[in-house]
Amino acid sequence: MTFRKYLVLAGITIFGTAGDSLLARGMKELGNVNVSLHHLSALLLAILNPWVTTGILLLLAFFACYMSALSWADLTYVLPATSLGYVLVALIARFGFHEEISPTRWLGIALIAAGVGFVAAGPSVTPSRQRLDSREASRDALSQEVKL
Amino acid sequence: MKDIYAWAAIGLVVLASTTGDVLLSYSMKRVGDVGELWKRRGVLAVVGRVLRTPTFTLGLMAMTIAFYSLLFGLSWGNLSLVVPASASLSFVANAVAARIFLHERVGRRRWIAALLVAGGVVLMAL
Repeated sequence: MTFRKYLVLAGITIFGTAGDSLLARGMKELGNVNVSLHHLSALLLAILNPWVTTGILLLLAFFACYMSALSWADLTYVLPATSLGYVLVALIARFGFHEEISPTRWLGIALIAAGVGFVAAGPSVTPSRQRLDSREASRDALSQEVKL
Repeated sequence: MKDIYAWAAIGLVVLASTTGDVLLSYSMKRVGDVGELWKRRGVLAVVGRVLRTPTFTLGLMAMTIAFYSLLFGLSWGNLSLVVPASASLSFVANAVAARIFLHERVGRRRWIAALLVAGGVVLMAL
């Protein structure tokens, strides 16, 4: 695990959380848009709302980071990182907006943080016979392309 | 009756998002380390190679199904039930699926982590 890879994992947490929050804020601003064929135009126009647009762009960045991480780490290693967003939101609410956080939520934060710590301390990718074979095969295909 | 619908939607979200995550993870492992490929061949090669992987498209479709199931679930059940229930069950389902289909070594460390995170997500939503 290099520093750059940790940055990608941080990107998953930050872009995902920020994207979701902006999207939620934009949709609330638009009010109740019923998801039905009659309101399809209203739903399409929602994209023009600046909060929604920025939210979608951030979620695209989240997806790029997520796919990048999955290319070099196990799914069970990457997934807990996506839940760190809950912790991030709660901490911003507490220290940025001085909101009260209930003891149950603090316990939830502790559990998620402990879970992420547990995984992060272990190896990011576990070798499996089948996977090594397919990786070697794709590397061979690549070197053949280069030769051509 | 609405409860049954809500739980059916939760079940569908868990099933579809786990299928999607497994397919996407499988596709990206086939593509190989994206950072290395980018350095060697440029960003267009990365995008082209990802889009040409058929399981990637299937994974995206599964994720779309999961997203719309969540929307329907939200119209039948409470936000405070549907979101944490589907999120925390997905963590556990993903650990099982990654072990079976992706042959990841989900050892004691990762099991504990999956359960801790799943429990934490539920508590955060209470």
